[in-house]
Amino acid sequence: MTHVATHSVRSVIRALGRLWLVPVTLVVWEIATRSAAQPFFPPPSAILARMHEIWFSGPASHLLLTDKALDDFGPSLARLFGGWLAAAALGVLIGTAIGCSSRLADYLDPLIELGRAVPPPLLVPFFLALLKLGTPAQLATIVFGVIWPILLNTIDGTRGVDRQHLETARIFGFSTAQRLRQVILPAAMPKIFAGLRLALSLALILLVIAEIFGGTGGIGYQLLYAQRSYLYPDMWGCLVMLGLLGYLLNSAFLLLERRVLAWHRGARQTN
Amino acid sequence: MLEITELVHSYGSHRVLDGVSLSVAEGELVSVVGPSGCGKSTLLRSIAGLIRPSGGQILLGGRPVDQIPDNLAIVFQDYSRSLFPWMTAANNVALPLRRRGLDRRRRREAAMAALDQVGLADAGGKYPWEMSGGMQQRVSIARALAYRPSLLLMDEPFGSVDAQTREDLEDLVLRVCAHHGMTILLITHDIDESVYVGDRVIVLTRSPARVSADLKVDLGASRDQIATRQLDEFVRLRAEVGRLVRGGSTTATTVLEQH
Amino acid sequence: MNHVRVLRGVVGAAGFAVAVEAVGLSGLVDERFLPRMSTILVGAAGLIVDPEFLADVVATLTAWALGLLLTVAVAVPAGLTLGALPAAERAVRPLIEFLRPIPSVAIIPLAILLFSDNLHLKLAVIVYASSWPVLINAIYGLRDVDPLAKETLRGFGFGPMSVLARVALPSAAPFIATGVRVASGIAIILTVSAELLAGGSEGIGIFITEAAGGNRIDLMLAATLWAGLFGVLSNAVLVAVERRLFRWHHARSEAAR
Repeated sequence: MTHVATHSVRSVIRALGRLWLVPVTLVVWEIATRSAAQPFFPPPSAILARMHEIWFSGPASHLLLTDKALDDFGPSLARLFGGWLAAAALGVLIGTAIGCSSRLADYLDPLIELGRAVPPPLLVPFFLALLKLGTPAQLATIVFGVIWPILLNTIDGTRGVDRQHLETARIFGFSTAQRLRQVILPAAMPKIFAGLRLALSLALILLVIAEIFGGTGGIGYQLLYAQRSYLYPDMWGCLVMLGLLGYLLNSAFLLLERRVLAWHRGARQTN
Repeated sequence: MLEITELVHSYGSHRVLDGVSLSVAEGELVSVVGPSGCGKSTLLRSIAGLIRPSGGQILLGGRPVDQIPDNLAIVFQDYSRSLFPWMTAANNVALPLRRRGLDRRRRREAAMAALDQVGLADAGGKYPWEMSGGMQQRVSIARALAYRPSLLLMDEPFGSVDAQTREDLEDLVLRVCAHHGMTILLITHDIDESVYVGDRVIVLTRSPARVSADLKVDLGASRDQIATRQLDEFVRLRAEVGRLVRGGSTTATTVLEQH
Repeated sequence: MNHVRVLRGVVGAAGFAVAVEAVGLSGLVDERFLPRMSTILVGAAGLIVDPEFLADVVATLTAWALGLLLTVAVAVPAGLTLGALPAAERAVRPLIEFLRPIPSVAIIPLAILLFSDNLHLKLAVIVYASSWPVLINAIYGLRDVDPLAKETLRGFGFGPMSVLARVALPSAAPFIATGVRVASGIAIILTVSAELLAGGSEGIGIFITEAAGGNRIDLMLAATLWAGLFGVLSNAVLVAVERRLFRWHHARSEAAR
């Protein structure tokens, strides 16, 4: 027991040793903003107090989340994941087809090159005009914007399957479905996951643009609303919240990746 | 079982196989030996239906090979690229058995039995990268065993493992081959090995490859790494094959011994 | 072989254009919302000789290029310093880890408050967002230097500064170049986002907002098409430059596969 205790104490100390610059930065920031007394830069304590007040002072039964928090985060997260998942499904499907057929790749190559080169925010006004204000236009923006890294990585991954793995599958007479499910997709999975992770952070960016530019609710809309209403601590609160969200999404995805691709890490370490 | 006549293959203008003819009878273990880069692998890939040779004929069980035969297995030299790293050993062995119409439980049983035969009864849950090279190659062999092919092709199967493991694996193949009465065509560039494991040794010439000799190995069914290698017959055959592989003059006896 | 590929590419692009045209002709969709391909292409042809649109393009490209230059000027030295000083890098890493995932466009509303000059605003958000990949690749690049090469030079009596100049920088350069290529994609996203969200007088984003205001979806798509073509071009140039400069690096990583 004591051994475990000293061990955990030691790891806490080590973590503090790694993170020491974070509290230092916060303190310096607090002092600097207080002495400058500039409205655009509220002190971190004021930001945190405001965040607590708007979002995290709810009942314990709702994990302390207020109704406003649920209203702000819920739809944003739903759009984010909805768009990302739709793009993932489409990207992997089309990417696998292209990766397995060099003929199809030849036909579609110029369109893909053009599509991935269009800066996705430029299409926000177009989707808004086409689909009206609100969720459909935001989903379309996210799907169109984030499909490219998924598509390109899937093509790359399915094309890069080891020739001997494919030959083994042929020798043992795998059916097409077996070859796809048991050989090609698993082999391409590390690349696909890299694309999915890029796409996830891009999806958050496009969500914010779509909500700021043509939103009626959600955290990006709140950010703009706070800025327009001179509620600077609220605006900073939204920024901090978005940073947290980005951090959590990335960490959660890495955790998932580590589980799903355990074989890949192992295989790489031994080679 | 396997009948190859006048097999010819060229990559572009570069001729690799120049009229190779050989045959393998049911239950035989035939080793094919030749200098590096002489076209051994091309020969094997043609038999497996992975490439279409430019000319000649391959009959497997009386039928011409024009696509990948459904009763053939391969053990490749590079086990790390042949086993699927995202599957456990047991799943690697069991997966091809779907084609044999076995249900999940029977596939699992067959895979475990095959792993048991190669001495890996406890390693079914391990991933390839958790095993040594020798163990991975055993899994490869187990996969081929469980599949019960009528012909097993082995492409330099012991080329990537250390000497001790190599001997163990050679004996393992001899043992299970005898047990199952398997027909095996084993390709190697190692002269000792070709004689030690083979019932017959077929020697290929330098590229473009032709059969320069077809030697019967009269060493009996049971072989021993030390004792067999000391036999006069072994020493004689090894010297014979060695001379042929180096492209030296064929002695009169070789020509006579062709059958 | 290559001819076939080019031909197939042309057929694919033409097929797509014809399909969009057919949808327009069929009358299934209101042409004001989804214009025909021919309308878009005519619009695109008109835009390339329209001085106003060209001024918008120049404004966007200028902000993008200046932003990217500034990014390199800021992030490369910072990354190299952190890469050379592991203790500093360890201390700063948690800050980087938290700042980097903030969706970069979210700082645009803040930047609107701080900068009255539109170009300054764009440059600020570009540099903030594009610095991360350059910074991180520079750190990794410097750390990835072959220790054997460093030891060899030290063994010949070279000091740490000349080791840095002769071994560390050349081997970190390909990593940095990759970071710059990633950064250029981020920079263009930030440039047009800033134009859309912060307004201003010139830029492709402004052009598109104005076209949207006038319900000219055909012009919006025509401008988007040009933006895409510029993107293809700039990406091709960056890849070509990278290949040329760092051929040895590619040869090495190909061989290592």
